[in-house]
Amino acid sequence: MTNAKVFQISRFLKTIEVELVNIRESPAEIQNFFKKSDEKKRSRFLKKILGDKNLGDIVFERLTLLFAVLVFLLVLFMAWEMYSNSELSINKFGWKFLITTTWDPYAENFSALPMIFGTIVSSLLALIIAVPLGLSVAIFLAELAPAWLEKPLSFLTELLAAIPSVVYGLWGIFVLVPWLRDVVEPFLQNQFPNSPFFQGAPYGYDMLAGGVILSIMVLPIISSISRDVLKSVPDPLREAAYGLGATKWEVTKTVFTNARSGILGAIILGFGRAVGETMAVVMVIGSRPQITASILKPASTIAGALANEFSEASSDLYLSALIELALILFVITIIINIFARLLVWGTERRWK
Amino acid sequence: MESVLEIQERQKNLSVVPAAVQSSLSNNFVPVSDNHKIVARDINAYFGKVQALRNVSLSIPENSVVAIIGPSGCGKSTFLRSINRMHEIIPGSRITGSLTLDRKDIYQMDAVMVRKRIGMVFQKPNPFPTMSIFDNVAAGLKMNGMRKKARLKEVVEKSLRQAALWDEVKDSLSKSGISLSGGQQQRLCIARTLAVSPEVILMDEPASALDPISTSKIEELIYELKKQYTIVIVTHNMQQAARVSDFTAFFYLGSLIEYDETKTMFTSPRLKRTEDYITGRFG
Repeated sequence: MTNAKVFQISRFLKTIEVELVNIRESPAEIQNFFKKSDEKKRSRFLKKILGDKNLGDIVFERLTLLFAVLVFLLVLFMAWEMYSNSELSINKFGWKFLITTTWDPYAENFSALPMIFGTIVSSLLALIIAVPLGLSVAIFLAELAPAWLEKPLSFLTELLAAIPSVVYGLWGIFVLVPWLRDVVEPFLQNQFPNSPFFQGAPYGYDMLAGGVILSIMVLPIISSISRDVLKSVPDPLREAAYGLGATKWEVTKTVFTNARSGILGAIILGFGRAVGETMAVVMVIGSRPQITASILKPASTIAGALANEFSEASSDLYLSALIELALILFVITIIINIFARLLVWGTERRWK
Repeated sequence: MESVLEIQERQKNLSVVPAAVQSSLSNNFVPVSDNHKIVARDINAYFGKVQALRNVSLSIPENSVVAIIGPSGCGKSTFLRSINRMHEIIPGSRITGSLTLDRKDIYQMDAVMVRKRIGMVFQKPNPFPTMSIFDNVAAGLKMNGMRKKARLKEVVEKSLRQAALWDEVKDSLSKSGISLSGGQQQRLCIARTLAVSPEVILMDEPASALDPISTSKIEELIYELKKQYTIVIVTHNMQQAARVSDFTAFFYLGSLIEYDETKTMFTSPRLKRTEDYITGRFG
């Protein structure tokens, strides 16, 4: 008998001994013991088939691959499903679905344009408010804030992104809408009585409210991604500027110029978030599919219309039109996100 | 192994070398003199709790090249960066002692003004990547509010000529600064520094990232520039220090060990430790 065999047997006896002690100590271990020994047999058998490779590694590898592929397939499947379910509407309206301006469920005349308009305009309004704010926050956090202030402030801005949107919506209804109705909107109308953007009775539930709510929701995205982009600009560049006798403002300007494509990406990601946002907007925007210049009139967004009208969709055509609406939203957000991600990655990779 | 205290003790003795001893040395070089362009006295620099410089006193004569040598982590870069107040950019950094430029306290001046008068070239070429060659050189002037195109053109050409880069880039001034080779980028950075017309130029291992040919070009350049500027250069390369500098300072563990004329330093250093480092026995 070789030494190796002696060693194997003695180790085997040792395991049995340990298991026996366990069994004596707790009867529940008995079952475990048999399970374990079964497992060993099984794995030995598999090893014969698999050769050198470790079974655990293979299972792990295949399993993760499977899930990764599943996610991708899920997206494709959803797109296909939406397309096939909206064929009724696509066949009936064709390109008109994207150009005409009426969304009338009673006459069964559907067009996505008012919702696309509402989505884009409310999102742009959100950007007009959130971009200057978000970039100021990002610049402060990345360039100016002392270390002890930077961490908690970054955490707090990112916390804003974690608040459920329905909570924002509720806050919108009880705080924002009355404030807009009683203070901001009358003020705007007084200041610019002839402006086409501020016409109509100020109800508070309108495009402006939607835009303001969205701006608060996209602020953390814009500020935290911009901060990361600014921080990825290497220090030698800052030193180069300082070394030339630049003031802090000039150094920040230099850093900003070098990070601009990434910051544009952050803004577009924020835009993508605003476009897809549903609950908070639907609670304050007034939900009326119409195209007007005035931001003091109710409007409707694609996501909002979907959330509101699905339960009311009485006919197949209505349902099919809603699904086509969903498909449009799906395509828009995917394009925006891909574009923005490429910009952000581009800047971050440049410095590595 | 010599303890830091011993080294400091020696350095203290060094800076108060009696006149009699001084005249007995091969030259009349005085390590600290108020007549020099930059005078540092008892500089202590810290990163948080770590002390990077210990009681460093030395002065830099006008229109000369001073090389600072020493093993990694000996504080040579820190000393360089404390001259133009770049040290203080790093959070948690602190500095004590007195540093003067033309007898005026550097730490009483506006930091931005100091950095305009004392330019800096860094280890790794760092042109502004989004700017053209022209804009890179003009960047400092534009920050000072210079807007006249003709004047900018004039200064850019002059600076690039001084940096011995003009002939290579005159037809591609609108190309990106990072399209150049490493050596050209470093000369671009030197031109960028010259454009602000500083009095002193600090160079932090300006050739360590470059190939031998680019290195020799930079060294020739330093030789030319010394006629108009005062230059302090940190280097890892002993031969380079011997070739380009008039005076050499040897730093070790944050202390100034020896400071003398380069000739003396490389032929008959006063201290054994300096000799060991120069001859490559340690460091």
